[in-house]
Amino acid sequence: MTDTRTERTAVLAVVGAGPAGLAAALAAASRGVRVLLLDSAPAAGGQFYRQSATGPGGPGGPGPRVPAHQRRTWDRLRTALDAHLAAGRVVHLSERHVWCLERESGGFVVHALLGPEQEESSAVRADAMLLATGGYEKVLPFPGWTLPGVVTAGGAQALTKGGLVLPGRTAVVAGSGPLLLPVAAGLAAAGARVAALVESAGPAGFARRAGTWATTPVKLAEGAAYAGRLLRGRTTVMTRHMVVAAHGGERLEAVTVAASDAGGGPVPGSERRLVCDVLAVGHGLLPHTDLAAGLGCRLDGTGVEVDDEQRTDVPGVWAAGETTGVGGAALSLAEGHIAGRSAAARLTGRIPDPRGWAAAARSRARLRRFFAALEAAYGDPPARWPERVADDTVVCRCEEVTAGAVREAVGTLGAGDLRTVKLLTRAGMGWCQGRMCEPGVAGVAGCALTPARRMPARPVPLGVLAAPPDPTTPR
Amino acid sequence: MDPLTPARTGPDAPFTVLFDGREIRALPGQSIAAALWSSGVTAWRTTRGGGRPRGVFCGIGVCFDCLVTVDGRPNQRACLVPAVRGADVRTQRGTGHDDRHED
Ligand SMILES: Cc1cc2nc3c(=O)[nH]c(=O)nc-3n(C[C@H](O)[C@H](O)[C@H](O)COP(=O)(O)OP(=O)(O)OC[C@H]3O[C@@H](n4cnc5c(N)ncnc54)[C@H](O)[C@@H]3O)c2cc1C
Ligand code: FES
Repeated sequence: MTDTRTERTAVLAVVGAGPAGLAAALAAASRGVRVLLLDSAPAAGGQFYRQSATGPGGPGGPGPRVPAHQRRTWDRLRTALDAHLAAGRVVHLSERHVWCLERESGGFVVHALLGPEQEESSAVRADAMLLATGGYEKVLPFPGWTLPGVVTAGGAQALTKGGLVLPGRTAVVAGSGPLLLPVAAGLAAAGARVAALVESAGPAGFARRAGTWATTPVKLAEGAAYAGRLLRGRTTVMTRHMVVAAHGGERLEAVTVAASDAGGGPVPGSERRLVCDVLAVGHGLLPHTDLAAGLGCRLDGTGVEVDDEQRTDVPGVWAAGETTGVGGAALSLAEGHIAGRSAAARLTGRIPDPRGWAAAARSRARLRRFFAALEAAYGDPPARWPERVADDTVVCRCEEVTAGAVREAVGTLGAGDLRTVKLLTRAGMGWCQGRMCEPGVAGVAGCALTPARRMPARPVPLGVLAAPPDPTTPR
Repeated sequence: MDPLTPARTGPDAPFTVLFDGREIRALPGQSIAAALWSSGVTAWRTTRGGGRPRGVFCGIGVCFDCLVTVDGRPNQRACLVPAVRGADVRTQRGTGHDDRHED
């Protein structure tokens, strides 16, 4: 590699060490840029290559099994990262919860809370930013969804993969979207009985795609290979069904599922009660966009808008992976690679040559098409789902705001948008800053889901806000 | 094997943490949430308004449902905080701020 080094090597800060951030960091570091890789987790890997408690999952390892092809990709990323770390080209700043990015002349300041305590902040300077913060799960509310034992589908995955704990003996996996299948398969592989997979999309969208996953080279999810086995096994698969209530006193004991008609309304008399001690539920993923929005980057729908080089509309800021739209680990790797190469070229004063990343661009195009088709196959959540949310159901988990209060804000008090609903009810003002309740509150209120601006991106102790730390500049 | 014990244990030795004064088992690298859950504890907080039990929901640090008091520090997200040998983990009630000076 021939580097045209200036007196000071340019510094790229990458936020997020998942597939996108890792690919970006590696691409940039091998092209003459110093990389600061920041992540809130103790180890690199992100949601996909999540590291299990006593070492990586895999052959002989303690974690749930990971198919060989992904294990090879992970080993490659890990080996390359280790080499860059040893050579000092990448510095991995783990357990850094980035809460604010500041623009300053000629660069950026990255503010992050340290460690699990998050009572102290640190700051570093960088010449450019690459955001690879991934996404989080969207869950629509229903009576009983706050009971212990009800977890998000990704959360169940995180507990089994990373925490080596089986969240229950009998599981129901419910909601909508392609993540449910690997989650159900993962729970079954770890030893749980998966009583039912409850998918709100119709059978056409679901079953046809189940076959596609198993044969596609995309390998959307590690569970794809298990999918057929799971569907043939003891798991009842219900399509165009929804969980309408979770039951239990201090923790989950059972759920009620019901069929939806073509418009998403309840089919009378279709309710069935299923005994379970864990419910893994999710309705797709939403991109983490707070940091990008804080810098003033334009959003495209729910994700950060990027050009062919993965640049945002703010000079010096790139974005890659699920922060730009949900599309799986392979797409995140391709986007990260392109972003890292583009950033490195521009930071070292060269014009990036897209021919250098043609293969990644082709796979990006193919995977984006695939995910667009997948999204179309699943469609939106059934239009009339809010009808099944009773007035006394908590919709904002943090502030304990009920569906009734939201309906009153709209009906009696005339609120017409999410912001007004929030001001009148406090829904979305708690710890999670609306990340968990926004889609639910919007649905119950009948308002459009507008991307919220959340600054800071993480709750910050007042002392930290009062005395922001001085940034250090890496040499 | 009891399905609520960890699916497959590794070569590293388990250790214990305290939960409301009793010892529970944890594996190296496990989060406090995972350790509690593998001991059958699924709720470790009560809400400020309704006093309702809560535990893990999102599992990745987004929802703040899993707040817990660790070594006297309230409002720690149990899904993010790694369990360390001998940690003193306590149920958190309401805002958690009353627990700070409790012994
Ligand atoms: C809970 C969950 C479980 C999932 N499980 C699967 C699965 O089993 N199979 C599958 O195919 N797909 C799964 N997905 C989808 C998966 O996210 C993507 O396929 C892939 O991991 C996306 O890669 P990424 O690099 O864009 O983001 P991620 O892998 O999500 O990585 C983003 C990283 O950024 C870090 N981060 C975010 N914000 C900040 C901040 N402010 N400060 C510091 N660090 C930050 C996060 O800690 C994380 O490590 C899951 C998603 C979620 C949310
Ligand atoms: S479970 Fe959501 S923050 Fe810990």
